[in-house]
Amino acid sequence: MKRTIIATVNNNSGVMNRITGLFARRQFNIDSITVGMTENPSVSRMTFVVNVDNQRGLDQVIKQLNKQVDVLKVRDITDDSIVARELALIKVVAAPQHRGEISALAEPFRASVVDVGRESVTLQVTGDQQKVEALIDLLKPYGIKELARTGITAFKRGATKSDFETPKYSIIN
Amino acid sequence: MGPKTKEMQGRELKDENQEMTGASMLIQALAREDVDVIFGYPGGANLSTYDEIYRTGMHHVLARHEQGAVHAAEGYARVAGKPGVCIVTSGPGATNVVTGIADAMIDSLPLVVITGQVATNAIGTDAFQEADVIGVTMPITKHNFQAREVEDLPRMIKEAFHIAATGRPGPVLIDLPKDIAAASGFFNYNQSVDLPGYQPTVIPNKLQIKKLADAVTEAKKPVVLTGAGILHAHASEELFEYITKQQLPAASTLLGLGAFPGNHELFLGMVGMHGTYTGNMALHEADLLISIGARFDDRVTGALKHFAPNAKVAHIDIDPAEIGKNVETHIPVVGDAKEALRMLNEYDGTPGDFTEWKKQLAEWQEEYPLWYREEGDSLKPQRLMEMIYEETKGEAVVTTDVGQHQMWAAQYYKFDNPDCWVTSGGLGTMGFGFPSAIGAQFAAPDRQVVAVLGDAGFQMTAQEMSILQELNLPVKIILVNNAALGMVRQWQELFYDQRYSNSIFPIQPDFVKMAEAYNIKGWKIDNPEEMQAVLREALDYEGPVLLDCRVEKEENVYPMIAPGKGHHEMEGIKP
Repeated sequence: MKRTIIATVNNNSGVMNRITGLFARRQFNIDSITVGMTENPSVSRMTFVVNVDNQRGLDQVIKQLNKQVDVLKVRDITDDSIVARELALIKVVAAPQHRGEISALAEPFRASVVDVGRESVTLQVTGDQQKVEALIDLLKPYGIKELARTGITAFKRGATKSDFETPKYSIIN
Repeated sequence: MGPKTKEMQGRELKDENQEMTGASMLIQALAREDVDVIFGYPGGANLSTYDEIYRTGMHHVLARHEQGAVHAAEGYARVAGKPGVCIVTSGPGATNVVTGIADAMIDSLPLVVITGQVATNAIGTDAFQEADVIGVTMPITKHNFQAREVEDLPRMIKEAFHIAATGRPGPVLIDLPKDIAAASGFFNYNQSVDLPGYQPTVIPNKLQIKKLADAVTEAKKPVVLTGAGILHAHASEELFEYITKQQLPAASTLLGLGAFPGNHELFLGMVGMHGTYTGNMALHEADLLISIGARFDDRVTGALKHFAPNAKVAHIDIDPAEIGKNVETHIPVVGDAKEALRMLNEYDGTPGDFTEWKKQLAEWQEEYPLWYREEGDSLKPQRLMEMIYEETKGEAVVTTDVGQHQMWAAQYYKFDNPDCWVTSGGLGTMGFGFPSAIGAQFAAPDRQVVAVLGDAGFQMTAQEMSILQELNLPVKIILVNNAALGMVRQWQELFYDQRYSNSIFPIQPDFVKMAEAYNIKGWKIDNPEEMQAVLREALDYEGPVLLDCRVEKEENVYPMIAPGKGHHEMEGIKP
């Protein structure tokens, strides 16, 4: 099952290395990781999409993350009401006669053309994973030359700091 | 412990808030952390630190290989119950302590390791004796730091000691670049530790304790599994009260030996691959398994699909990640073993009735005790362990490497007291036993320390005999010499059709002469008749001693759970 986990971590050098190393050595299966600064410059926020077999596997991911000294808080937000977005850059083969079509496809996705070359256009799309994938599927017939996706970044809707408190990983905490 | 009050080998502590070098800060901080001995080895990148050691007279033990230093720090930590400190240089100095750090990580021993590093402007340039020690040790430390500013150093050291010693103990490494050690800054050690990402749960949840207590009342066949967490928490007294008050049968993991007295009638012995029949069958048949400070290692559980099939599992551990990791847990209790046991002892539950269960256990103990054949005129390693137990009255600190001799020591030396047993459990490190005995002797200068070693493991760190010679340290080395890598040989015999690939030594050094080269008294013994007398003489001898005991070469460790088998499928349970 796919789960979306967010973590706040100290913005120290090497923290990303600690986390990815942990995932690798514990054989945790990761779909994507994103990381970036938060409103507090000494704290970064990470969003992981992990693939786990069962609840126990998920518990281990969260508990092992929590053991890291540089990890401040961890939470599985999959079942919460969340805002989850990723950004994709899609370079599509676009002969002049197809450019109109491609723009028309892009419009309902609110994707924008960010670069135009002689034989291609580059689209930028933002949204949840399904939306991004839907656009990619539609563009495939034209020929995708390059694709870059950021992976999901997410947080709880209307979340205030106070309700991002108790991690759910254990029934006794 | 205020500044200027504690003497450091005749030298006073320096005042706070004065300018000093990073190296000086390090030594001042170590003194404030009550460090009474450092194990280490100097080199290019930690010259400033060693200069400071020279000038302050800080007690430093010079190993002859960094691996010796780090294992000594581990032995010290295990027996002293506080962090062992190890200082080595960059590059090869640092990579030579990697084995010891990994060993300390998996066995939860508190260490503070300070590695030298090339100067900050040279980091990342493949400089002379540069290694990415932070990268290398990231997965095998509880946490690690690299000092980038001299004024960060006091905070880092304080945090390192805090992280190493609290919660589930473990090794913490500080990588100290050469220029930071030489740079000057203001020293302030009077700060509190502020680590929002590190808040171990010490006090367990009351409701969980009640659940556990109720489960004991309801149980018909309970068993307690005692692990090293009890020793780390200094909770032996609380454990004794709990077990004797509730009249619960108790078995131990390898590393938990001594947490509960080995000679007590409620003690069932060690469990696991070479555990006692009764201990293993107790886990297999139990309806309630209370694990305290143990982590369900595969050598303990055997095949997980057969593990404790009928038991409700209660698991007390300070590390929440251990709960449910390998074994599904019904009553998780996150917290310090001492606190948990104290709360359990306060809880007034109806005591359970385990008469039938105890009768069954007693029958097993009667029917399937540990056994070995005493025949011919060869020296039996098991008998040797019994003799060591008899001659030391069970009061010695015993250290071992890994393998057959380790299992025999665990089976036949009845550990009656806590903190008497130093062994490499999780990592199974050859070469651990001897240097860890040196560290143990520093932690317990008035106690007898016996290093029970295999002839193979001893050769991995034998150079540390220099320390015994130099300091006249009365460590007693007892070689269980079967001229082989005994456990490898045993597995090749049992599972590889006796194809003894590289496990039997075609030649061996003369260990007695080797000892004599270090001015250490040596004996060779090969018959059972003279064993006890020589052992007594050796143990009574004032200085260091090496006993080369030529034991039966073909002897195997039994009983045994073969790989992939469960506790109920033990082999070699009877002669």
